[in-house]
Amino acid sequence: MFITRILHNDRGGQIMLAVLAVVLVLVPVLNLLVPEGNFLHMPTYLVTLLGKYLTYALLAIAVDLVWGYLGILSLGHGAFFALGGYAMGMYLMRQIGDRGVYGNPNLPDFMVFLNWKEMPWFWQGFDMFWFAMLMVLLVPGVLAFVFGWLAFRSRVTGVYLSIITQALTYALLLAFFRNEMGFGGNNGLTDFKDILGFSLQSDNTRMTLFVLSGLALAGGYLLCRFIINSKLGRIVVAIRDAESRTRFVGYRVEHYKVWVFMVSAMLAGVAGALYVPQVGIINPGEFSPLNSIEIVIWVAIGGRATLYGAVIGAILVNYAKTVFTGLMPESWIFMLGALFVLVTLYLPQGLAGLVQNLKDSRWFHKRVQA
Amino acid sequence: MSEGAHLRHTEAGQPDASHTAILYLEDLNVSFDGFKAINNLTLYIDKGELRCIIGPNGAGKTTMMDIITGKTRPDSGQAWFGQTVDLLKLSEPEIANAGIGRKFQKPTVFESHSVAENLELAMHGNKSVWYSLRARLSGEQQALIDETLQTIGLTDHYHQAAGALSHGQKQWLEIGMLLVQKPYLLLVDEPVAGMTHQEMERTAELLTSLAGKHSVVVVEHDMDFVRSIAHQVTVLHQGSVLAEGTMDEVQNDQRVIEVYLGE
Ligand SMILES: Nc1ncnc2c1ncn2[C@@H]1O[C@H](COP(=O)(O)OP(=O)(O)OP(=O)(O)O)[C@@H](O)[C@H]1O
Ligand SMILES: [Mg+2]
Repeated sequence: MFITRILHNDRGGQIMLAVLAVVLVLVPVLNLLVPEGNFLHMPTYLVTLLGKYLTYALLAIAVDLVWGYLGILSLGHGAFFALGGYAMGMYLMRQIGDRGVYGNPNLPDFMVFLNWKEMPWFWQGFDMFWFAMLMVLLVPGVLAFVFGWLAFRSRVTGVYLSIITQALTYALLLAFFRNEMGFGGNNGLTDFKDILGFSLQSDNTRMTLFVLSGLALAGGYLLCRFIINSKLGRIVVAIRDAESRTRFVGYRVEHYKVWVFMVSAMLAGVAGALYVPQVGIINPGEFSPLNSIEIVIWVAIGGRATLYGAVIGAILVNYAKTVFTGLMPESWIFMLGALFVLVTLYLPQGLAGLVQNLKDSRWFHKRVQA
Repeated sequence: MSEGAHLRHTEAGQPDASHTAILYLEDLNVSFDGFKAINNLTLYIDKGELRCIIGPNGAGKTTMMDIITGKTRPDSGQAWFGQTVDLLKLSEPEIANAGIGRKFQKPTVFESHSVAENLELAMHGNKSVWYSLRARLSGEQQALIDETLQTIGLTDHYHQAAGALSHGQKQWLEIGMLLVQKPYLLLVDEPVAGMTHQEMERTAELLTSLAGKHSVVVVEHDMDFVRSIAHQVTVLHQGSVLAEGTMDEVQNDQRVIEVYLGE
């Protein structure tokens, strides 16, 4: 079958997706079917927390696709995530209707507050779910296309490229902070009520969003794996390893880079769109350059160019973040930095590489004894 | 800059070599920080010809290939492939797709790919993104890979990572990549460096068999090797042509002797 063919030779992916499938069945059972008060009951806030991790994992896969396989260290993927999130946030704002503080049926609260009389043109259409979903893909995709076309065609690579991706997300951060931009400024978009008519507070909606996040992660994983397994994937790795040689056998390297960068940006956008209804807010902080660096650290810790490593890294690091920011909020950033240094020094292939090494050495021992 | 403007030229088909020459280099000049690496270089290569280019280190042989393949842009001069393809207006992939293949002085293969995958990647055919996403090896392409592996003696290394090959094997693999690319013009920079005597003989055989159907330009320092394959030899010195002729003519040329002995 199609899926088995994609996962052929991908042990890590098979295990990861199997675990994901179990989680996607188990969590609804524990949350919705096991009655509250039973010690097996899973509270809804935990479901939502897990859902948030899953969207981070999808984001990490997107970064691994461009960094691990194409060799482009993007330090700006948080921007694509945030743009997807804003597109979803705009739809959710329109869903509020006249239930805002000011009760204006036509304008979101922050626009009323700014004394705006009508909706800016770029808010048009976001009352329609399908249009907003289209924008979740298109806005990050088009930005990635324009950025990639300019950067890759002038053959900017390496550190310089990483720096301009940081500049990109920083520029967006500053822009979205401004009230005049029309995206809620500093406060961003929040106070969402419902999605497609379903209350965002209800357990069922939250569960649906959680399951959708898991399905999106699985879908994103299979898509990336399909790309990597194809001849296009081999060309992409060739570009990573010997870019100029790839040109001399006739591949237009820029086209490949732009294409993969766009796919990756759109995946990040989808992740952002699933993230926002679960956390209930999107603000310019999501564009923070630090966020983009964190994503890269998840991937490095999980092990790059494996895809499943990115998933493991994103979930473990964010779990640790949840635990430690609860205990010692100030220390987290230092811990993350230390973790990154340790992994770079002692586990250059990340956790996925560690597992691989253990397996290899076990196999080796067996062979020696035999 | 030429990237966008010349996309139309890409699938150039057969170069128009209705005249006898397939490659025209005229009055080329290149300087690196004031140092003239190529100096009024004029050179013609005929259809089906096997040409050897010799010259001391730093004569500009590799730089000449860089110009032909679009890696280096000359300060002035002309470079045409057949009657219609202006090489100076095309990007590297466009030149490759127009039918010029190159083997590099320092063997460069795709190290993390298997030997067979290296050939798959180099193979002639549609090189666009969307096509690559769905591309599968046809029976014909598989046969070409098998046949080429036979030719370059790497059949037993089918699944081996190219990075694990020896220096000589990488040379062979790169020659194989050149073969599956099916170019009209092959530029071969120092093919026998690091090869045993036997391997050198096989390379000589291979290159001579290619001439006729293809035009082949070989840069080589090994004089015995050059003697064994060459019909026409061009001597480059300080970025321009010093002498041209058969091996015997060239070796007896007073200026050539001075250049080589004067080193
Ligand atoms: N990109 C570059 N920047 C600066 N100088 C260069 C560059 N490429 C080549 N050169 C110089 O141009 C001259 C010609 O170099 P080239 O590599 O073409 O020589 P060659 O004939 O191939 O020599 P060899 O036999 O050693 O391979 C050399 O002096 C080299 O140092
Ligand atoms: Mg050279």
